[in-house]
Amino acid sequence: MSTVTLRIWRGTEDEGSFEEYSIERNPGMVVLDAVHKVQAEQAPDLACRWNCKAGKCGSCSAEINGMPKLMCMTRLDDLPEDKPIMVQPLKTFRTIKDLVTDVSWNYAVKKKIKPFKPRKPDAPDGTWRMKQVDVERVQEFRKCIECFLCQDVCHVLRDHEKYDEFIGPRFLIYTAGLEMNPLDTEDRISDLKKRDGIGYCNITKCCTVVCPEHIKITDNGIIPMKERVVDEFYDPLTRLFRIFKPSKKSKAEESS
Amino acid sequence: MARQDIPLEQVSVGVTARKDNWWIKPLLVFLGFSTFIVYSTWAAFQNADYFFNGNGAQYLSPFYSPLLYGQADAHPVFGTEHPAWWPGWLPFSPALLILWAPGGFRFTCYYYRGAYYKSFWLDPPACAVGEPRKGYRGEQKLPLILQNIHRYFLYVALLFIVILTYDAVISFIFVNPDGTKSFGIGIGSFVITINVILLSGYTLGCHSFRHMVGGKLDCFSKNPVRAKSWECVTCLNSKHMTWAWFSLFWVGFTDLYVRLCAAGIWTDWRIL
Ligand code: SF4
Ligand code: SF4
Ligand code: FES
Ligand code: FES
Repeated sequence: MSTVTLRIWRGTEDEGSFEEYSIERNPGMVVLDAVHKVQAEQAPDLACRWNCKAGKCGSCSAEINGMPKLMCMTRLDDLPEDKPIMVQPLKTFRTIKDLVTDVSWNYAVKKKIKPFKPRKPDAPDGTWRMKQVDVERVQEFRKCIECFLCQDVCHVLRDHEKYDEFIGPRFLIYTAGLEMNPLDTEDRISDLKKRDGIGYCNITKCCTVVCPEHIKITDNGIIPMKERVVDEFYDPLTRLFRIFKPSKKSKAEESS
Repeated sequence: MARQDIPLEQVSVGVTARKDNWWIKPLLVFLGFSTFIVYSTWAAFQNADYFFNGNGAQYLSPFYSPLLYGQADAHPVFGTEHPAWWPGWLPFSPALLILWAPGGFRFTCYYYRGAYYKSFWLDPPACAVGEPRKGYRGEQKLPLILQNIHRYFLYVALLFIVILTYDAVISFIFVNPDGTKSFGIGIGSFVITINVILLSGYTLGCHSFRHMVGGKLDCFSKNPVRAKSWECVTCLNSKHMTWAWFSLFWVGFTDLYVRLCAAGIWTDWRIL
């Protein structure tokens, strides 16, 4: 039976170091199994967050060999065997202990986004009717498991620390999902430009690369929202045409 | 909610825990774009060998199309003399009058932006790799906020597709020695036709075009025609990067082909 060496961050944000652990390697092992084995056999005080072990709860996010990944979905077979495997907490968020980070900033950001505001119900029983073709586009964004790997890798947060001016890819697609929803009557385009800092995204697509749900964050979410911002703020022609057409906001006011 | 604490690991340029060869892709992109920029700038300043009519063919280099001023046998739109307002210090070439359009279109293309921000500006050099600069304005502020002009370049690019399609059709019409014209096929006809196909695939897969044809709608079921158009553009758009690279290479190659034929270095084989 071969062994595998893990180099795991032990400590908090302010102090700590990478510690090496060698464990027995089992067939089909994922990084989370290896971390659990370290926990069980050598370091019972090693902190890590996990829940489903199936890539669906988004709890076990970490940086494995420098790339943001879900520990439960990263097989040891797919990593180079000759070097120790580096496992460290998400760099973009404050490390509480070992592999556990404080991601509460994300929840605070989500609260700021204007919630879903549906039009008047279509039926007397207070329900709506929608065609499948109209929901398909927003369904992609609903696959998000809030693992925040995209937030971690995005250089606007990771390197430039624009926590106050930029909401990050996760919440750009959350907003896109609301904006593209045919039932929704709220207008978030101005927020996207001014408060949420969509212009900070320079479409370098790292968020799309790391997303475990394979959501095309940049192409299907962020760029379409950038285009809507252009319609609203930068394109003189669409602005001119809008004089003759009611905006989403005024339609919403009418319907309510 | 500003982050108070110092990060786990302060990164500077190129610092990363990544163990793969992350630098290969941005390097290849850098070399690819640089080669194209150097070649196309050189070709644009030549003001020669942009039209081949050696064997009765009528091949015009895409770098010079539409030809506003130029040699008489290539049928320039305005004449053979260059415009009077052209500054004396700048060597004249008809390519310089038109290349701003496809150049601006590519420069402001969402794919290219992402690619050159990485390869040329290292912002970031690659995913999860440290950057050289701390300050960052992105496209939120000047100057890069001007990238939002992209859709206007798209309108011009769509017009160019029509012009280049005309050039492709003309590349199948050969002038006989007696002055009459007849249908023919040369290798160049294929080169020029493939060029317009690739450029169309690239242009019609544009993100701004996708938005324009249907992306801006929330309710597709009320607009089945626009929904279908959106689907078609989405299909091209999902391979936008591939179209961008193939069309970039091929447009350069098409110029090279016409240029070398016109210079007498290559022979254009007539198939029909
Ligand atoms: S594409 Fe935009 S949001 Fe996604 S990682 Fe890059 S800068 Fe961040
Ligand atoms: S968009 Fe993808 S990477 Fe980002 S939080 Fe959701 S699932 Fe995770
Ligand atoms: S443990 Fe749930 S996603 Fe990994
Ligand atoms: S996004 Fe690439 S051409 Fe418009």
